[in-house]
Amino acid sequence: MSEAQNKPRLGPNGRPVRPFVMPETLGGKLSVWRYIILRRIVQLGVLVLFFGTFHWGWSIKEKLLLTGNLSSSSLLDVIPMADPFATLQIFLTGHILESEVIIGAALVLAVYLLLGRVWCSWVCPINMVTDLAGWLRNKIGISNMVSLKRNTRYAVLVLTLVLSVLTGVAAFEWVSPISMMHRGIIFGLGFGWTAILGIFLFDLLILKHGWCGHICPLGAFYSLTGKTAQLRIAFDTPTCTHCGECAKVCPEPQVLNLKKASEAWMVASGECTNCGRCIAVCPEDTLKFNFRQSIKKPESVSATTQPRRNPT
Amino acid sequence: MFQGGAIAVTGGLGWSYLLTQQAKAAAFAIRPPGALAEKDFNATCIKCGQCVVACPYDTLKLASAGEAAPIGTPFYIPRDIPCYMCPDIPCMEACPTGALDHGLEKIEDSRMGLAVIDIENCLSWKGLRCEVCYRECPVKDTAITVEKHPRLISKHAMFVPIVHSNACTGCGICEKACPTEEAAIRVVEPKLVQGKIGEHYRLGWTIDTEVTQEFKPHPRYKRITPEAPKTAPGMDYLNEGDL
Amino acid sequence: MGVTRRDFIKSSIAATTAATVGLPLSQAALAKTSEAEAGWQWDKAVCRFCGTGCGIMVATKDGKITATKGDPDAPVNRGLNCIKGYFNGKIMYGKDRLTQPLLRMTNGKFDKKGKFQPVSWDKAFDEMEKQAKKALKEKGPTGVAIFGSGQYTIPEGYVAAKFMKAGLRSNNIDPNARHCMASAVAAFIQTFGIDEPAGNYDDIEYTDTAVLWGANMAEMHPILWARIVDRRLSHDKMKIVNLSTYSNMSSDMADSEIIFSPSGDLAIQNYIAREIIKRDAVNMDYVKEHTVFATGPYDIGYGMRATDKYAYDEEKDTQAKQLKVKLNKYEAIGQRKKEGEVVEQKNAKTAGKHWMISFEDFKKGVEPYTLDYTAEVAKGDPDEDIESFKKKLVQLADYYADPKRKVVSFWTMGFNQHQRGTWVNEQAYMNHLLTGKQCMPGNGAFSLTGQPSACGTAREVGTFAHRLPADLVVFNKKHRDFSENIWKIPTGTINPKVGSHIVKIMRDLEDGKVKFAWVQVNNPFQATANSNHWITAAREMDNFIVCSDGYPGISAKVADLILPAAMIYEKWGMYGNAERRTQVWREQVPPPGEAMGDVWQVLEFSKRFKLKEVWGEQPVPGLKAEGFKDGKLPDIMPAAIKMGYKPDDTLYDVLFATAEQKKKFPWPDPKVAKGHANHIADRLGDGWFPEKALFEEYAIFGRGHAHDLAQFDKYYEDDVRGLKWPYVNGKETQWRFNADYDPYVKKGKFEYYGKALKKLPSGDLDKITNKEKTSLAGKAKIFFRPYAAPVEQPDSNYPFWLVTGRVLEHWHSGTMTRRVPELHRAVPAAQVFMHPKDAEKQKLKRNDLVWVSSRRGKIKARIETQGRNRMPRGSIFVPWFDEGVFINKLTLDSTCPISKETDYKKCAVKVVKV
Repeated sequence: MSEAQNKPRLGPNGRPVRPFVMPETLGGKLSVWRYIILRRIVQLGVLVLFFGTFHWGWSIKEKLLLTGNLSSSSLLDVIPMADPFATLQIFLTGHILESEVIIGAALVLAVYLLLGRVWCSWVCPINMVTDLAGWLRNKIGISNMVSLKRNTRYAVLVLTLVLSVLTGVAAFEWVSPISMMHRGIIFGLGFGWTAILGIFLFDLLILKHGWCGHICPLGAFYSLTGKTAQLRIAFDTPTCTHCGECAKVCPEPQVLNLKKASEAWMVASGECTNCGRCIAVCPEDTLKFNFRQSIKKPESVSATTQPRRNPT
Repeated sequence: MFQGGAIAVTGGLGWSYLLTQQAKAAAFAIRPPGALAEKDFNATCIKCGQCVVACPYDTLKLASAGEAAPIGTPFYIPRDIPCYMCPDIPCMEACPTGALDHGLEKIEDSRMGLAVIDIENCLSWKGLRCEVCYRECPVKDTAITVEKHPRLISKHAMFVPIVHSNACTGCGICEKACPTEEAAIRVVEPKLVQGKIGEHYRLGWTIDTEVTQEFKPHPRYKRITPEAPKTAPGMDYLNEGDL
Repeated sequence: MGVTRRDFIKSSIAATTAATVGLPLSQAALAKTSEAEAGWQWDKAVCRFCGTGCGIMVATKDGKITATKGDPDAPVNRGLNCIKGYFNGKIMYGKDRLTQPLLRMTNGKFDKKGKFQPVSWDKAFDEMEKQAKKALKEKGPTGVAIFGSGQYTIPEGYVAAKFMKAGLRSNNIDPNARHCMASAVAAFIQTFGIDEPAGNYDDIEYTDTAVLWGANMAEMHPILWARIVDRRLSHDKMKIVNLSTYSNMSSDMADSEIIFSPSGDLAIQNYIAREIIKRDAVNMDYVKEHTVFATGPYDIGYGMRATDKYAYDEEKDTQAKQLKVKLNKYEAIGQRKKEGEVVEQKNAKTAGKHWMISFEDFKKGVEPYTLDYTAEVAKGDPDEDIESFKKKLVQLADYYADPKRKVVSFWTMGFNQHQRGTWVNEQAYMNHLLTGKQCMPGNGAFSLTGQPSACGTAREVGTFAHRLPADLVVFNKKHRDFSENIWKIPTGTINPKVGSHIVKIMRDLEDGKVKFAWVQVNNPFQATANSNHWITAAREMDNFIVCSDGYPGISAKVADLILPAAMIYEKWGMYGNAERRTQVWREQVPPPGEAMGDVWQVLEFSKRFKLKEVWGEQPVPGLKAEGFKDGKLPDIMPAAIKMGYKPDDTLYDVLFATAEQKKKFPWPDPKVAKGHANHIADRLGDGWFPEKALFEEYAIFGRGHAHDLAQFDKYYEDDVRGLKWPYVNGKETQWRFNADYDPYVKKGKFEYYGKALKKLPSGDLDKITNKEKTSLAGKAKIFFRPYAAPVEQPDSNYPFWLVTGRVLEHWHSGTMTRRVPELHRAVPAAQVFMHPKDAEKQKLKRNDLVWVSSRRGKIKARIETQGRNRMPRGSIFVPWFDEGVFINKLTLDSTCPISKETDYKKCAVKVVKV
């Protein structure tokens, strides 16, 4: 093995494996952080729009800009939006709903069918909390106290739906720290911060990516809808050296199954949140956002399952 | 697998306990106009707060954890800010799910709660000429009327306000307006205070009844004397115990 | 007139009854209600419960009562009901409703010691017939008896009375109204010569003063009380005085509450009379024109058995006083005798005799009843200051004496259930007659009734041991002739010897004199005082007890045969209330199971008797009457045959379903029935309308005799809400004996035209001095009656007075109201009301379980030291509705010797912690 240490390691494509190096320049750093910055802008921006509309009456041509919160809202008094998962739960309590919320839920669902599980990384305010917990955890170096299968969230999802039927209330909505947080930020927090702190500590001390990656039924819901999403992380198979930098930063590392990705030429799993972390750290530019239709997967390869650009 | 199932069941039970406890908290919440019955309201409210945004008087609030309504649902405290009964009912219009029933056409038909008078502390019921609630009531003379009763200890009649549940919207303007230190008229969930006269009785003066001119007797009259049965009502009592 | 009376009632009642929440029906609920009401068939009816006689409307659907409401057109209650009346629609639907005849049997045969088993009606009547005939054979007509009722409908009372008096020739039929109204009746007859009140409920709206003498109207006549309170609130001058032996709900609205000692009312009345005389407030013109003075003997006993043969050892000291009484200090003064004098009760059997005295003698009689004396004898609350008590007495006398003040005296059981009940009733008239405040709007002594038809049936129909319909009596030959003529039965049919009153029927059972007894529409084994004796007699001795009832109560349990009875709205019926108002209802729903109306039960039973079995010579022990062989009723069969009857004719053919009656009153009768069924007419199946036929025959007795009832059909007209008799020329009579209102007054402004006991000898306060009888036609009597102490008084062994009574929520023995879950929940058990200091002295707390015992029995109950009845120290109150707290095991069966009405208000008990 000592020989191997001396020699530069080669990837399956025969190229040497290079580690990710954080650029020294601010510009370079910003380039690496570009997605995280964008995500924060989007996450906070949405909340600011809600907050401003409620507290300061922001409007355009006397139409209120964005009323409500992330559970359900109305854009310019015209476009309804609603959390499809919440809507589903309410539906399961056996109540007939107004068309407005159904249209809103359909619109939002359409967006996520298009863009994948971007809710979790680009909109959900809890993401900021869990990201912070994850970052801090890495800094301090805390190891997991418990282990939990990532599929747990699907069990929670099923339980949510079953309980909605049984108890007659939207089971997750009544305890959701996510709603508590965005509602709290917009309308006033009350004791809701305890739930948020709880998630922070859980993710920090107990289980890495514990909430978003293991438990959250909303994330699970969008994982399912994300399966067929158009916006994907395209995987330029020939360029990948299997250096593993992407998996290190990925909050859902199981989606970066390189074998599967290589075959599909993209990260096909619905659990991918399209956060873009991996793109920023890939030293080979293997990963890029692209739409499913635009990902050019060579025909022969798909036929032979042999990477064409595999060096010989 | 078994373990997973056990965890799911335990978790599910704990969770549903939490949900039902939350729902119970709601007995005291006064909801915006058009709110469905509490159970249905709790189920259908998506907690988006659009009603809160729509309310021009800042009456409505979304409940935070620990407040007297299930978390995230809209309610109001009449003594702080009552519902001023906008004729266009913007809060209801804003509701995307129908938890605030869009079938409500007139705000006067809404039943947010029911005003109840604590006659022990009501100034008018003591004989003072107050009746502020009556005068402030937006549906005066139907929701609150003032009856004149003789007063035992003086020659002055009492002007006692009486709330009529068939017209009271529960807006709470009376509660806000009540001049006593603690409001002597309060909006509460009707179920908490409202009784029900038995189905077997009608108040004589509330419905007109005429003697039926062509009475149709029950067909059971065509009975035939049967053999004596083995048992009959009353036998247990009659055959048991001493006198 | 922009507002109709009905609108006014609607708004004013809504206003006064609406509580804080107001009318509790939301718009949505209202809509739902009217949907539910589709198909309801409404009809007018009467409340099942008290003597007030509130009108209600009843709705039925699918053979069930779906709802009732107070009838806004009913002048008595104007749309209101009390909480019992509120539940009229539910009383018929208890789970243990009797639906099948039940007979005590072992191995399919009657056995006195057997268990109750369902039997068919045929088998039930077979056994009943066998047993009744056995009793008749063995003992004659007095061997059978009926426990009747003030809750009988008019046809029920009439059919039972006629069956007994004309059929079996027995006068042993007596109603529970004996326990309720007899003293009032005796006083009416003795004072006015005719029964029932002169005034009506409208007196309330005319008067300035309501004096309650032992009438807790707030609970017992709640709707009338609402009228009195309304008068109090709306009329400045109006005052309410509540005289009672304890503080009750009526005290809460009273201007003056006078708590008097048991029997202290006798002294108070005399004090008032003395004051009226002293103040020169006697209306001399009126007194001279319309009254005479009278008195009677004082040594009349206490209505107890004259022998101690059956008494428990413990009872013997009380019982002995029936024969001899040592006068206490107050009796001695009040009766102008010496303290400690032993008085033999020589007039126990002639207690009712009386004679005229002069006004001077009368004055002498009331002279000892000074304020000091009266206050001393009558103050009932040991914690009250005597001066404050005196002040209240003076004020009360002011009210009676003030010629400008109108006064109505109301009373019920406090006066009637009294060892001197007849006396104290007469004393009430005494003060009204002395001042001329009688028989005028707002002025009068008003005896209220307890039961819904104590007046209409028990009294007017005459279901008493001594009565015939319309105030006629069996011991008067003319009355018998008159009745026999109407009934078309031979002269000499009716037994001239007064039968056993209800307490005596019980005693007769114990004596073995009555062998067959039929309980109808009442619960005598729970209701009769000193009941341990009677229950033992019924269960342990050779006799046969039949009980017709809707629900199984104590009397059913005591019985040998139980007949399931149709209840109130399951039959056609008529009640007469306390203001002479006769009210009616139609059959609304079919009775459940095999239950049948009491009229049918009697009619069907009458088919079992052939004339030759009952109209031969019959032994009646002790019978002594002009025209009769001693101890014998004559054989009237020959006379009957002459009248066209055959020996094999049944009583049903001869007394009830006669060809004439069948022809005159056919069923169906669409004009009156309006489609309503009649399960009795249907089951009889011989084409006549029994209730109508019985009523119309009964009405013959009173028409033209100041008891005129309207036609049966008239009462059923849609716009009629009962009519007050005498109903003459299409007009009700508001105030009797008053020329302005009463067509029977022929001369003068007032005429007391009642005919009974209107020829009297005369004498002084102590005795008859001139046996020659003078007529006092047209006049009423002002009686002097002295103070007499209750026969049993608290002593060291039994230190408390026991008072019994009712509560608003329950009716009598609770067989109906305890089946209404809501009423049972409201008042589930009888409590022992007690003064907190009395409780404290025995280390008792509220709700502690105690034994209450008397010389006669004991019960267990919880004590209550607050609440509706606030007792003075030394007195407890226990209501009697609860068979689990069987208080009549303790009470003393002492009666007013004249009226034979039991005193349930005065006996001695002890209270011990369990």
